[in-house]
Parts: sequence; C-alpha cells; structure tokens
Amino acid sequence: MQKLHSKQQQWMPVLFLAPAVILFVVYVIFPILQSIWLSFYEWDGIGEKTFVGFSNYIELFDDYQFWVALKNNLYWMVFFMLAPPIGLGIALFLNQKIMGIRLVKSMFFFPFVISQVVVGLVFSWFYDPSFGLFNKAIGLFGMEPVAILSDENWVTFGIIVAGLWPQIAYCMILYLTGLNNLNPDQIEAARLDGAHGWKMLRHVILPQLRPATFIAVVVTVIGALRSFDLVATMTSGGPFGSSSVLAYFMYEQSIFNYRAGYGAAIATVLFLIMDIYIAYFLWRMLKSEKA
Amino acid sequence: MFPTPIEKRSLPFNLSYRVAVWIALFLWLLPLIAVMVTSARSMADINGGNYWGIPTEWMFFENYTMVFTQTPMLRYLLNSLIITLPAVFGAVALSTLAGYALAKYKFRGNVALFAAFIAGNFVPFQILMIPVRDLTISMGLYDTASGLILFHIAFQTGFCTLFMRNFIVGLPDELIEAARVEGVSEWQIFWHVVLPLVRPALAALSVLIFTFIWNDYFWALVLVQSDEVRPITAGISALKGQWMASWQLIAAGSIVAALPPVILFFAMQRHFIAGLTLGATKG
Repeated sequence: MQKLHSKQQQWMPVLFLAPAVILFVVYVIFPILQSIWLSFYEWDGIGEKTFVGFSNYIELFDDYQFWVALKNNLYWMVFFMLAPPIGLGIALFLNQKIMGIRLVKSMFFFPFVISQVVVGLVFSWFYDPSFGLFNKAIGLFGMEPVAILSDENWVTFGIIVAGLWPQIAYCMILYLTGLNNLNPDQIEAARLDGAHGWKMLRHVILPQLRPATFIAVVVTVIGALRSFDLVATMTSGGPFGSSSVLAYFMYEQSIFNYRAGYGAAIATVLFLIMDIYIAYFLWRMLKSEKA
Repeated sequence: MFPTPIEKRSLPFNLSYRVAVWIALFLWLLPLIAVMVTSARSMADINGGNYWGIPTEWMFFENYTMVFTQTPMLRYLLNSLIITLPAVFGAVALSTLAGYALAKYKFRGNVALFAAFIAGNFVPFQILMIPVRDLTISMGLYDTASGLILFHIAFQTGFCTLFMRNFIVGLPDELIEAARVEGVSEWQIFWHVVLPLVRPALAALSVLIFTFIWNDYFWALVLVQSDEVRPITAGISALKGQWMASWQLIAAGSIVAALPPVILFFAMQRHFIAGLTLGATKG
C-alpha cells in the first residue's frame, strides 16, 4: 500500500501538470522560438520562406520608422513611471475612514476595469479639436485649440496620458492594499519620536510599501512596452507613423504589409528589451521565495 | 494608520476633505461621465455642437435601443461571453492542477517550470503573433470562437498558475500528509482536501481574468475577422469607422462594452482586489 502511494506521488504531479504545460508549450514557448527563427527569413506570410540571415535586422536598424517607434516606447516608459507616484498620492489622499469612501475608492479604480478600446475612444473625444473638452479647457486660459492626435509633436504624449489613466488606477489599488497592511506599532513608535508628514512617509511608510512599489513598477514598465490597444484605437500609429510603438509597428508590418519575417524581427527586438525586466522580476521573485 | 486619521483634525479641515474627495472623483471620471451623457444625447444636439452641455432632450432609451437593433452590438456582446466564459473556466481549471503540483510536490525542474510560467506571462504578444495565427489557421480554427478560447486558456495559464501556486503553497502540508496516511489517493486528496480550501482563490482569479479576457483587443484582431465571431472590443472599434458622425451611438456602444466587467468588479470587489494584489503583499 505504502509503495503504491509513493509511486502515485511520483507520477501524479506529471499528470496534474501535463495539460497546462502542453498548452503553454504549444501556444507560448514554441511560438517564441518560431518567431525568432522566422526573423531570419523573408516571408510574405503565405508563400515560400527565403533564408536571409541578419538582413531583416540590418534593414530594421536603417529603418527610420523603427527608431520612431523605439523612441516612442522610451517616452512611454519614462512617462508611465509617473503612474506609481501619482497612484501613491491618490492612495494617501483616499486612505481615510469617512462615509462612502469605499465607493469612492472603487470608482477611482474604474478606468482599470474598462477596456482600453473604450479608454481610447473616451480620450479621442476628449482631445477632439472642434468640440473636445480638452480644447474647451485650454480655451479658458486663452490658448488656441490644439489637435493633439493629429499633431506629430503631441500625439504620443496625448496617448500616454490616456494610458496613464488606467495605470494610475492600478497603482493606486496596489498602494491602498499596502497602506492597509502597514505595521501600526512602527508608525506609533515613529510618531512618538516626533516623525510626521514627509519624514514619516520617506523613512517609515515607503520602506514598508516596498513590495507594492516593486509590483507597481514592474507592471508599469511591462504596460509601457506592451502598449498597443490605445495606439491602434486612437491613431493607428499616425499621423505618418509618428505615434507608432514597437508593438504596433510589428502588427502593421506583418498584417498590412505582408512582411512576416520583418515583423518577427521587430517582435524579437521587443522581446529582448522585455527580457531584461522579466529576468529582473524572476530574480527578485525567486530570491524572496528562498528567503 | 497613515496619513493621520481625518477624525483627529479640525472640523473645517474635515468638512473640506469630505467635499474634496467627491470633487476629485468627479474630475477623475469626467471623461467617462461625458461619454455617459453623450450616449443619451439626440442627433440634433450632436449636429448642433452641444457635446458637453446638458442634453436638450434625453434620448437614453432611443439610443440604446438603436444600438441593439441597428448594429451587431448584441451579437458582439454574446460573442464576448461565448469566448470569455469557457476561457476563464479552462484557464482556472488547468492552472489549479498545475499550481497544486508546483506547490506541494517536490520534483526536479519544479522551480524552472514555475519560472517558465511566470516569464511566459510577461512576454509581448507580438512575439507570439505570427506562429499562433499560423497554428490557428492550420487547425482550421481561424475566425472561430474556439481558436480564441484555446489561445486565451493557454496564455492565461501562465499568470493563473503563478497565482494558484502561491496560494496553495500557504496551505498546511499536514492536511495532505494526514490524508495520505489514511490511504486516500492523490487525486482524491486534490479533489476533496485541496479544492475546497482554494475556493476563495478560485473566485478571485476568475473575476480577474474575466476582465483580462473580456477586454482583450489584440487577439480579437489577429485571430478573428467576421462579425459572427468578433468580441465586443473589436466590434466597437469596427463600428467606430462606420458611424463617424453618430457619436451618441458609439458612446452608447462603449458603455455597453464597459458594463459587464464593471458590474462584475462591483459585485465581487473584494475578490477582485485580493486577486490583483496577491503578488503585492508577498513578493
């Protein structure tokens, strides 16, 4: 009996894991390898594949559009980093016990729950040059209307602001949970020592919020690199590709221009950039696992 | 508690805080409120440029009836349900099994496998796009709900396994050991001991990935093309092109698309937030 059991203990985990692992390998692991392999081929998506070595990459590094997209991704990453501090600010503002505060907190969270396509539509209205609320607002200050989404210099920032809206909501929730789990003894002790306000936040609260900050930063970076939905709904990368990001550029090249090999090369570059963060996240996660 | 509880402050401070909270909320949701009001506007208001004022007449029922009768919106809504529900069920089921194996069995490669699930969950969709599209076409599942469902199950399994594994790790080993000593089979242990204990995690996870899958737009573009299968995210964006001038209808459609996850979030708020922050309190 005992023998049968230990045998069962050996092969049962394999059975438990099999369905998930098989699907995951077929739909995630294997496609990653295939994409990297494809990036060395010239392919229209249907016909023959021709091996071209590194020429997709060489072309890519010469492609003006690639650098625009990469630069925009960089802007996304830099400005998206406003989400954790603003989210923390709102969380601190809302971390009180007054009547109706639960409702307020959950309504602040709304932008994260709704689809990015809807967020994109909402902000397209907001920016509309002839009737948008944005231009009405700057009109109050005597400024000329700006067609944010058709202005090459502003368009990416306009989309990033739309993206920040749900991202801030996400960070806010992470911090609200963190604030809920603070150690009250430490805060009381610090208060007795005369710490308050900014000092308290910096030296007592923020260190305790570190896990929340870590997750907030990781999901924000990943969100910035993954940005696609908003670009696709608000501008389709326009005007003249000026708001494109790597994710959208790749989609455009493979689906509209029938350049699957070239698209795969773009995806591989994006994947390599993302790997830095994935590796960092894994390292942190596994380290805390061992501790 | 930080910041200092508001009750300890002066009365004027208290009152102004209570007012400020609601003003802040109003400003925060202003873009959304505008869309809601627009969805009840008349065509005359839209043509007359009344986008932000009070509608001259409220056309709430007329506009929403029109969205459901004159456009495929109902079909899109149904498609989203047909795709999302099985995908949520599948991903949660597979990852509960996998998460249990990773949490409670010691075997070689355990950590490596866990790491692969975590890493896979973060990869950019574009690196999967061409091969997954080809695979779906070659299985004859392009432009079908099953094609999307299968992909969503597979992809969400990464996040879900991370989630379930972290939850199950916290369950006491003694329960499982005791059952083993009693001679209960491994499957029975999973079914009768582990599963009842992970119910709260199942709820949290389901709510969370329901919204992830419901709101997916990229894969709806890549794996589906006809109105018969298209989920609501891709649907609304297709409608946008057709009704350039009828903002009130697009607004109504947007509200319809946003509603299911919002309702679910409100109904299961505690679970939702527990799901979203599980990683944030550990890790």
